[in-house]
Amino acid sequence: MRDTPLSNCERLFLLKAIEQKKRLDGRETYDYRNIKISFGSDYGCCSVELGKTRVFCQVSCELVPPKDSRPTEGIMFFNLELSPMASPAFEPNRQSELLVTLNRQLERCLRNSKCIDTESLCVVSGEKVWQIRVDVHVLNHDGNLMDAASIAAISALSHFRRPDVAIQGRDVTVFSPEERDPIPLSIYHMPICVSFAFFLQGSYLLVDPCEREERVKDGLLVIAMNKHREICSIQSSGGIMLLKDQVLRCSKIASVKVSEITELINKALENDRKIRKEGGKFGFAESMPKERITTLKRDEVPVEMTDVKETANDIVNSTETTTEAVPSPVLVGMGTAQIGEGIVNSWALEEDEEDESQTEDRKTDEVMLISDSEEEEVVILHEEAQKSTNTSGEK
Amino acid sequence: MAGLELLSDQGYRLDGRKATELRKVQARTSVFAQADGSAYLEQGNTKALAVVYGPHETRGSRSKSLHDRAVINCQFSMATFSTAERKRRPHGDRKSSEMSLHLKQTFEAAVLTELYPRSQIDIYVKILQADGGNYSACVNAATLALVDAGIPMRDYVCACTAGFVEDTPLADLCHAEESGGGTSLALALLPRSGNIALLQMDARLHQDHLDALIEAAMTACKGLSKVLDDVVRQHLEEVSVLTRD
Repeated sequence: MRDTPLSNCERLFLLKAIEQKKRLDGRETYDYRNIKISFGSDYGCCSVELGKTRVFCQVSCELVPPKDSRPTEGIMFFNLELSPMASPAFEPNRQSELLVTLNRQLERCLRNSKCIDTESLCVVSGEKVWQIRVDVHVLNHDGNLMDAASIAAISALSHFRRPDVAIQGRDVTVFSPEERDPIPLSIYHMPICVSFAFFLQGSYLLVDPCEREERVKDGLLVIAMNKHREICSIQSSGGIMLLKDQVLRCSKIASVKVSEITELINKALENDRKIRKEGGKFGFAESMPKERITTLKRDEVPVEMTDVKETANDIVNSTETTTEAVPSPVLVGMGTAQIGEGIVNSWALEEDEEDESQTEDRKTDEVMLISDSEEEEVVILHEEAQKSTNTSGEK
Repeated sequence: MAGLELLSDQGYRLDGRKATELRKVQARTSVFAQADGSAYLEQGNTKALAVVYGPHETRGSRSKSLHDRAVINCQFSMATFSTAERKRRPHGDRKSSEMSLHLKQTFEAAVLTELYPRSQIDIYVKILQADGGNYSACVNAATLALVDAGIPMRDYVCACTAGFVEDTPLADLCHAEESGGGTSLALALLPRSGNIALLQMDARLHQDHLDALIEAAMTACKGLSKVLDDVVRQHLEEVSVLTRD
């Protein structure tokens, strides 16, 4: 189904608030929402919550013949899916613009930046290589899918373990996880996307826009960086006009954010590793208490409460008091009362005006019998001519 | 292609150019009689053809038309013979869809769409030979085609690619330099105001080099805008000579 359009007053409200550097959820301009990363019981399974945006990623691997142009390298395949579960605006099996953009950006961020050593995925050169498949599913859309997807993808890739292989000549034996411990992928660096939304012809920017803010944005700039301050990809979209200093400023903000997020991912990975080593319970069912997995809990937002009493008093004192006296109701009948006089009845009713004088009669008749046309508005061109024809028609 | 150095000690690149030199640009407008505007552009070995139809009434679903602006519809495709290996899917695959989307957004920002409410402008671009800088060649060809069609724009939209090798920015990359694994930045610029209409960068680059890279790309675009301007003026001269007497 088509998305409900944003009303003009909502749009104006959002833009006015952005002008005053205020956001709907009380964040600052450069603040991210709360990020929660949790891993499932399988290796390579990761769920990321960015505020209310929820994204789920699963990494899997398979032995396939390599590409002809690159016989010694493994293959990385990325797939992002938008299901109607995430938002009523997403239709199943439809190649929308958003889907293409997200997929391409994910590919560029992770594949072109060479964050994974593809040469290490080669088993038998020219015959068998590992194909690593990253599937990202969007579970809930509350803005900024790109960032959440990139965090989920890189966390899942860091968490993933591929089966161990033994090569004897041209025979390849793949060991199951019970026989030999699976091996993690060799990841050089963690590229993470940071999205900047521009408003009002590029004069205001916000980091991590929520869904409402995304709807009123003019354009988007996505910068993918890693914690070593290397830019992995930049993509501007939406047809906004940028200046070089804006891009440079955004890249500086991005480097700060990326280092924070990388810290978070590493901590989550460390926690998971510790729990698994100690033999404790891991996976989604254990990592989230029941209420968090089945409901979308709204975080408490701090509201500024100082001076509330004074401002409220000021407002009450400065408004003008109404001087109209409200009359008391007059009981007309059983269960019927009348307050005040009411306005004059503007519906012309034939029966009421039959008793009136003739001139008034004609006037009201004019109103009724002007034409048989079914149009709403009938324009009276020649009043006198109409009058005479009407009176003759009556007889 | 390992071992092929992109910048030699004397400062020459693979095809003998210096670091900031652009490839030779040749272009012609009004290549087709049927279309409202058309242009053919060669940037080195990359050859692009652009055709513009419009502004005309919105075809297809009426719901797509906007009440206050024109809708720009872009389609990007590469000929199957354009690359070294024959392309199996010329259009409809993800890369082409993304390119079409970027072209559309670039021109929506540059064309004065408010002058044509409820209409549609179609831009079709085809790459006949791909040798690096596909997106840039498309943007330049489409600009010329729009000028040929007489559609008002804020400024020429010029695009160029830039790369980075050993602290030196390279302007206008060819295919070998792009696929060598080094950085490549594609930039679409409105030269007079210095506004960046589209910025796209792949592969790793340290943050400190970003300034120099964008600067190199912007200078290249400004140089390119002069070439495009010359092409348009020359075409006008030819046409006016023919129709004068």
